[in-house]
Amino acid sequence: MTALTRRHFGLVLGAGAATLAMPAYLRSQGKPKVVVIGGGAGGATAARYIAKDSEGAIDVTLIDESNKYTTCFFSNLYLGGYRDFNSITHGYDKLESNYGIKKVTGRAKSVDRAAKTVTMEDGSTIPYDRLVIAPGIDFVWDSVNGYSEEASKVAPHAWKAGPQTELLKSKLDAVENGQTIIMVAPPNPYRCPPGPYERVSMMAHVLKKKGLKDAKIIVLDTKEKFSKQALFQEGWQKYYQGMIEWYAPSVHGGIKSVDVGAGTVTTDLDTFKGAMLNIIPAQKAGAIAAAAGVANDSGFCPIDASSMRSTMDENIFVIGDASIAGAMPKSAFSANSQAKVAAMNVRGDLIKSKVFPAKYSNTCWSLIETDDGVKVGAQYSPADGKIAANSTFISQTKEEDALRKANYEESVGWYTGIVTDIFG
Amino acid sequence: MGAVDRAVHPRTLDAFYCVLSLRGIAIAITLIFGCGLAATGAIAQDGKALFKVCKACHEIGEGAHNKVGPHLDGIVGRTAGSVQGFRYSKAMVEAGSDGIVWNEKNLMKFLEKPSHFIPGSRMSYRGMADEKKRAELIAWLGKASSAKPAENPAKPTYIPPSDAARSFTDVVLAQKGDPEYGEYLAGECVTCHQQSGHAEGIPSIVGLPEDYFVHALFEYKTNVRQNEVMKLRVINLNNEEIAALAAYFGKLEPN
Ligand SMILES: Cc1cc2nc3c(=O)[nH]c(=O)nc-3n(C[C@H](O)[C@H](O)[C@H](O)COP(=O)(O)OP(=O)(O)OC[C@H]3O[C@@H](n4cnc5c(N)ncnc54)[C@H](O)[C@@H]3O)c2cc1C
Repeated sequence: MTALTRRHFGLVLGAGAATLAMPAYLRSQGKPKVVVIGGGAGGATAARYIAKDSEGAIDVTLIDESNKYTTCFFSNLYLGGYRDFNSITHGYDKLESNYGIKKVTGRAKSVDRAAKTVTMEDGSTIPYDRLVIAPGIDFVWDSVNGYSEEASKVAPHAWKAGPQTELLKSKLDAVENGQTIIMVAPPNPYRCPPGPYERVSMMAHVLKKKGLKDAKIIVLDTKEKFSKQALFQEGWQKYYQGMIEWYAPSVHGGIKSVDVGAGTVTTDLDTFKGAMLNIIPAQKAGAIAAAAGVANDSGFCPIDASSMRSTMDENIFVIGDASIAGAMPKSAFSANSQAKVAAMNVRGDLIKSKVFPAKYSNTCWSLIETDDGVKVGAQYSPADGKIAANSTFISQTKEEDALRKANYEESVGWYTGIVTDIFG
Repeated sequence: MGAVDRAVHPRTLDAFYCVLSLRGIAIAITLIFGCGLAATGAIAQDGKALFKVCKACHEIGEGAHNKVGPHLDGIVGRTAGSVQGFRYSKAMVEAGSDGIVWNEKNLMKFLEKPSHFIPGSRMSYRGMADEKKRAELIAWLGKASSAKPAENPAKPTYIPPSDAARSFTDVVLAQKGDPEYGEYLAGECVTCHQQSGHAEGIPSIVGLPEDYFVHALFEYKTNVRQNEVMKLRVINLNNEEIAALAAYFGKLEPN
């Protein structure tokens, strides 16, 4: 696109969006208001970019139920002993002090889309001109027969970071030689496609490092194949021979039930008994998305690929794990990338700033063993109403050690970079 | 002002540093092997050979200019952060006003692990572990840096090493990059490359001369620098977008 047509395109888009926004914008007294529900990878980035780039012209409120956020990303490295818990936990203080964002700590219960207000659990309401919904995921508890929120206190999912992650770590650290860990891996779509397999690698790393060569990890999967499979299986063979067994549904015949008290998972093939269970159930958008009526039957939220705007309400944007983002995986990198597109469109709506064509990107690094990191990534843009990949890459098997080490070091740099980009 | 010695402050979080930066994996591999050698004992190398790693960013000798890093003429005995017209990180300027002078002792510590000695510096070099090698390099720097720098060292004189890179850079920079567009596109870069210019595992790209920036992207496009993540990011960028990014990052101030 030449400079002229691109600018023209930007202007036209900007003007279109602004016209759409006009009535609300004109009606509201004083500064336009943006409310963001969810202060994670997506929500906190959106709040920061809207506040930063509007330079005070937009009033931004960020709602999260907690006053600190533990990242799921790199929580596997905490399990593996490469990170401490503090290093993956972040506060909202810079977003408040440096960007003037109002942080509300509490749980959003519902959204009145006609009145354009968010109702909090304590009954208070917060008005908005534009609402960004970024609540991450919630679990479909009954996707695993016998599992529940209560059962997760015995057999953690640790698929939302925080106390669950610490619980999983303490259970892992208590495993003895000869004992078995059983993981039930989730069906698609779920957050962080390579996550369960990186976790298996990190658990095996801990066992191996302690010399527990007869401890075993059994993965009962709900999928026939998984992300970076060749890379993980190559690594498991190389570093953790005999320690990891992975069963596809075609082998175990289907997961019938779990009994967290007895430590068993029953499949068609057999009943597996473990000293420790890690059950990761099926997932859906965080409950507030359904409460706001912006999720569809899939449990996730359809969006317009060029803006991350909900297809169900023009005043609402849905980003991150809660959204149906076409070819993009559910990752912190994706959520951060989507947040920037949404932030630009929110500003376009409310203060008529320029809106450029949407571009998205993602890279997910996984650590298999010390200094052996692999990665997968892609570049995306809207095509035929969906977010589609326009170029991709993935690490190859049999790569040189130096490259794998460089991948790992790059991932460490990425972590510092992205948390700075999210939390300021 | 007397030279101040600064203690090294290890920072637990930043235990790992990436050197993927200036020549991509090639440097990373060199350094990894370099470290290996360091561990197994010293192989005498002259300072000039050791300086090769520095050369990607620094000029030294008669008529030296600032490149990605400041020129190094007169480096031994120079106050930190003091070359006129070079855009230092805040941390480096503060080190200078704290009285840090690049004497042998401070250079020894800095080059061992730059990010520990001056946290927040833009220098994305992981460090030289071998003490003997550092001493040799510094001894060589002492001699080589006695020449006079260019009259106006701030004038960008970055010359891409190949004709292809040069023509590409000329074509891209023939149009004036739109920094506002660059700022939006940069959203993708700053997920990893910190906007503050801090380099902790991923190189700083803040305040780079525009021609250097364009040339670097060209090298990622053409596999001269090999990094899959970077290649993916630049492969679909058109010239206008590259010019916009160069303009935006070029005018950003490190802090
Ligand atoms: C083990 C594991 C490893 C991972 N590794 C990586 C990785 O290496 N790289 C990567 O890119 N991604 C990784 N991910 C994925 C990444 O963590 C998620 O994709 C990302 O966090 C999604 O961001 P989000 O903003 O959609 O949701 P979240 O980050 O989960 O944020 C949602 C926030 O909203 C809050 N919230 C929800 N509902 C409400 C409500 N009603 N009221 C108030 N607050 C609410 C939640 O408390 C939470 O703080 C990993 C995930 C896991 C589980």
